[in-house]
Amino acid sequence: MRKAFAPLALITAVLFATAVLLIAQAPYESTMGLVQKIFYFHVPSWIGMYAAIFTCGAASVLVLANGSAVADRFAVAGAELAVLFGASGLVTGPLWARKAWGVWWTWEVRLVTALLLWLVFVAYLIVRRYGGPGSEKLAAAVALFGTAVAPFVYVSVNFWRTMHPLTTVVPTLPRTMGVPMAVSALAFLMLFYLLLMLRVGLAERQATLDELYLALED
Amino acid sequence: MTASVDFDSVQILDVSRHFGRRRALSRISLTARAGEIVGLLGPNGAGKSTLLSILATLTTPSTGEVRYGDRRPRDLGASLRTCIGLLAHELFLYPELSARQNLAFFADLYGIDAGAAVPAALDRAGLGTRADDAVSEFSRGMRQRLALERALLHRPRLVLLDEPFTGLDDEAVHLVSARLRQLAADGAIVMVATHDLELAEGLATRVAFVRDGRLIADEPATPGLRARYRRAVGSA
Amino acid sequence: MFVRTTLLVLRKDFAIERRSLEIFVTTLFFAVACVLVFSFGLVKEGRAPTDVAAAILWIAIAFAGTLALGRTFERERYGETIRALLAAPAPRPALYVGKLLGVVFLLAVAEAILVPLIGVLFAAPFFAKPLAFVALLAAGTIGFATVGTLFAAMLMRTRSRDVLLPILLYPITIPVIICGVRGTAALLATPADEPMAIMWLGILVAMDTVFMTIALWTFETLMID
Repeated sequence: MRKAFAPLALITAVLFATAVLLIAQAPYESTMGLVQKIFYFHVPSWIGMYAAIFTCGAASVLVLANGSAVADRFAVAGAELAVLFGASGLVTGPLWARKAWGVWWTWEVRLVTALLLWLVFVAYLIVRRYGGPGSEKLAAAVALFGTAVAPFVYVSVNFWRTMHPLTTVVPTLPRTMGVPMAVSALAFLMLFYLLLMLRVGLAERQATLDELYLALED
Repeated sequence: MTASVDFDSVQILDVSRHFGRRRALSRISLTARAGEIVGLLGPNGAGKSTLLSILATLTTPSTGEVRYGDRRPRDLGASLRTCIGLLAHELFLYPELSARQNLAFFADLYGIDAGAAVPAALDRAGLGTRADDAVSEFSRGMRQRLALERALLHRPRLVLLDEPFTGLDDEAVHLVSARLRQLAADGAIVMVATHDLELAEGLATRVAFVRDGRLIADEPATPGLRARYRRAVGSA
Repeated sequence: MFVRTTLLVLRKDFAIERRSLEIFVTTLFFAVACVLVFSFGLVKEGRAPTDVAAAILWIAIAFAGTLALGRTFERERYGETIRALLAAPAPRPALYVGKLLGVVFLLAVAEAILVPLIGVLFAAPFFAKPLAFVALLAAGTIGFATVGTLFAAMLMRTRSRDVLLPILLYPITIPVIICGVRGTAALLATPADEPMAIMWLGILVAMDTVFMTIALWTFETLMID
């Protein structure tokens, strides 16, 4: 990983630079002007969050199944990144929505699902922080339930929403906007991967440090 | 499931347990056999309770393993616990229930005939007259005696006791000690964690000194325990 | 062995509760207090907004349920009797189910009082379609209790357990609440929309199955250090 880090970081930087250039060149959407371009960061933020959630969920299953320390590092890294990317999405979303729909928040199914999942992983971090020793397994259970309930959240909120339909709908993107979106999404995913590896590496070093402390006492 | 899970020795093999950076147990190796009363001696925080918890399958070791008669707990399954009796500091009693109800519940849980076992246990604990009073009304000594009987109700092979003499008067200590000796004579493996050296001196057949999670010494119990303990562990 | 253990745990909890009725009485009063607080908060000019009855019912169940869960496991924490239960040869998931049934029973009694109370306060026809309604209540209560019992059990040895339980429980049980509220609201509509309620019930049952499966699989791992 350490050897790969510099080239990967470089690639990520290049991708971000490309994305920014493409975004700047992309046509303005008819009504919203410049603010619409927040979208190019907003959607990839959610993509990043779901990638992180998937990582944390899968790792949590392993933590519960065989107590794997490696899986635990991925789980906590995934949770932290889920909260990070989710926060980015939750901030960029209302900024965009205010211009597009005139409101800061709407009970649209994707927003609510994302918000709830974000809360689950905030809870994950709270348990790990304040739960004392042995909280890795407890947090893993939270992540597992949260990931398992995600489809139900979507389904229930979807039906819940269709009772009170609003005319706002996430627009489909014309092709000229699709390319910068794709590049931006790729850049975000690369960033996610980089940050994940950094965080897992940090956790590894912490574990090594703990082992040294323990060995010192022997 | 007809294979017997009974065993006549328990082997602790290089067991360590840490909680984050705190090492509770460090590479403990010890074997206890049927008929022995092993005194686990050490100051508070030495790791005695953690070790008993591991032996009772309530805690898993970070490294190393415990074997019951040369078999792994995983291979023996849940029925291993029919052979283990644990008495911890917290006593494991429901204060809202009566002594009789507490014993009956655990008798049923262990699948033994409550009608026969419970009255006998109440007698041995000396609680015959208070059997139907709520445990919350008992003194510490009464609760201790009841808790001990609860732990021994199912006649376990491996008897794990954490400070069983707390709150007992001299007569009760005498009775409990006699009881433990009888259990060992009948083939039980008895492990008693305590920091009370006088008691251990009279009771144990072997002693294991534990300090800071490490096994300092492991030897048959001979007179002069207290002096040796002081030397091995340092004055408490 | 499994069923016997479950029933023993349940019977033991009843025996404890019968002596003082502490958890029962306090949980019920808390639920009623919840309803009153919401009522006074929401009723304007003597009328409540529509659909409020369904929402209040499920919110009261959620809040009262969280309280009851904490107190139920406080009982097992006091003398560390949970360790004695885990040290017994009883299959550990059976301990979980025994506790779960106790919590569900407690919530069922609370609902038996809340439903008429809310029905009266808001003139809500809860029993227009009694079977569907009871099924909805049951499925929602079981869903909430399944996750709640597991979390309350696993948090027993944790320091900030009282505040951690709602933090963990609510995000995950919000879909249960949504389904419960929308399903109940469908039944309270005029005319009662039973097919819609059945749809919500279906989602609830699916959720309950997933939750129960995960809970039974993870209980032992979470309870052993």
